[in-house]
Amino acid sequence: MSAPTAPPSPALSGSSPPEPANRTTRRTPKWRRQGRAAHVFLIPWLLGLVLITAVPLLASLYLAFTDYNLLDPPTWTGLENFRRMGEDPRFWASAWVTLKYVLVSVPLQLAFALGLAIVLDRGIKGLALYRSVYYLPSLLGASVAIAILWRQLFGHDGLINSGLALLGIEGESWLQNPSTALSTLVVLNVWTFGSPMIIFLAGLRQIPEELYEAARVDGAGRWRQFLSITVPMLTPIIFFNLVLQTIGAFQSFTQAHIISGGRGGPLDSTLFYTLYLYQQGFVSFNMGYASAMAWALLVVIGIVTAIHFLLSKYWVFYGDN
Amino acid sequence: MATTTTTAPTTETTSIRAPRASRPGNLRKHIALIAFAVLMVYPLVWMVVSSFKPGNLVLSQPGLIPSEVTLENYRNGWGALGEPFSLFFANSLFLTVGSIVGNLFSCSLAAYALARLDFRGRRIYFGITLASVMLPMHVLVVPQYIFFSQLDLLNTYFPLLIPKFLATDAFFIFLMVQFIRTIPRELDQAAAIDGAGPFRTFWFVILPLMKPALVTTTIFTFIWTWNDFFTPLIYLTSVEVYTVPVALNTMVNAETQSGVGALFAMSLLSLAPILVFFAVAQKYLIRGIATTGLK
Repeated sequence: MSAPTAPPSPALSGSSPPEPANRTTRRTPKWRRQGRAAHVFLIPWLLGLVLITAVPLLASLYLAFTDYNLLDPPTWTGLENFRRMGEDPRFWASAWVTLKYVLVSVPLQLAFALGLAIVLDRGIKGLALYRSVYYLPSLLGASVAIAILWRQLFGHDGLINSGLALLGIEGESWLQNPSTALSTLVVLNVWTFGSPMIIFLAGLRQIPEELYEAARVDGAGRWRQFLSITVPMLTPIIFFNLVLQTIGAFQSFTQAHIISGGRGGPLDSTLFYTLYLYQQGFVSFNMGYASAMAWALLVVIGIVTAIHFLLSKYWVFYGDN
Repeated sequence: MATTTTTAPTTETTSIRAPRASRPGNLRKHIALIAFAVLMVYPLVWMVVSSFKPGNLVLSQPGLIPSEVTLENYRNGWGALGEPFSLFFANSLFLTVGSIVGNLFSCSLAAYALARLDFRGRRIYFGITLASVMLPMHVLVVPQYIFFSQLDLLNTYFPLLIPKFLATDAFFIFLMVQFIRTIPRELDQAAAIDGAGPFRTFWFVILPLMKPALVTTTIFTFIWTWNDFFTPLIYLTSVEVYTVPVALNTMVNAETQSGVGALFAMSLLSLAPILVFFAVAQKYLIRGIATTGLK
């Protein structure tokens, strides 16, 4: 599920469209020819934009205000779906589970990513090997296979409990206990710190060496250099990773689905928002309610991203002031 | 490597960067890094070893050295769902190759137009592309499902492949636009002087030079499609069209008699293509993430 929410490029590369070749060529036959050609090139994209994106987007907005079960035609119910959401304990449970997951797993994952990137950045021998090994879990983490592995790792007779037993600690049924089930998914997310780590490593390499040299001339120690150069210069990358991982974490699905057998249990403790949406839409076929939930998710993600951008003014350093 | 031999191009900075971590410090760092790496990879190794243990020993004997080695898990798992896993692998492969072709075709066309051609509304189109990257698929999936079910296309691969041929993975367009920007415009102009129109310029000049971006797109489309679970879970409900992840999910829920060992065996096989891809294309992968922020 992390797949479709691909991020835009990091702050490293600008996101404005490339400059047009030459403003004065407008209104010439050549320009008109280019315009026609461009629309030929864009045919698949335009079709996709209309049929796969725009129309479904509007349709789900409409369905959010209806009752629709696929068999009978949709009936307009106004705000009924949203009122029902307000009173639906499972809706609130899923929202709360997802919020906890985002708030805990994203910062933890980024802390690991940043910490290891800094350790690896100092011209360490065998960098390529470490980087590959640490990255490997990111590549596999979204798969059903790894979720199956996790189920067994944290099961009652799993590897974690065997390990704890060696230390004389009695483990528990991590997945059967509502108060620990979610944390196994947090651990899984932290395990995939490799991809933000690689972005951090690329960012670290862009910090000019002169800054460190100047700081050393001024007598700054390593810790001081870290706080006054590395951290500020890296804030755009930290920001980028934070926005990206937050958006992704809000939409987690696969792992919770596999670990809980699609139910989100025990006691809804792993009922991610998208898992509940899936149950409503594609198990119970409450298409109207599922659409309302999807739009609520879109609005929340939009608000959270906007807050990230607003707050970024106070802590992200873009190197010009 | 002793500090004195790390000379060459970096000499100056290393010697100025005065008391660099001393050798014992470095050694301690390596030990910590290796220990951490082992901790991270250990579950995977455990999975590999367990898949070769007889069913009853998987959980009762958690150690890494099995007292007995067997292939029974692979035999049992392969046929656990009635249809053999070879069918699910073939389905996944078909879907993955189709998605790669679709993305390469549709995204490169759109990217060329957005990066190189001059036309009204280009900025708006580019803005829409960027915005659609951020759009959660959940606000689209319900109407898409209704649409495809009314066309009677459930349990076919059309709902999964059509979007790829219509450039809906906007992220790759963005990646390719960024890449085309780095190709010198003089090449386009030279082609134009030789009489090439936009189509021939695209096909003979830009496309061959875009290879790194196309490779990155291929790799990530492969990994994402191979691992994708949500979309196939919705559209594919009969066992003959299952992809590998959906088949694994069914195996989990069926709690088949073959048990954990067989589940592990099939899970490992499902990861094998990704591991092979990783081994072969590692360089491109790492560079792709570093320059674009892909997962």
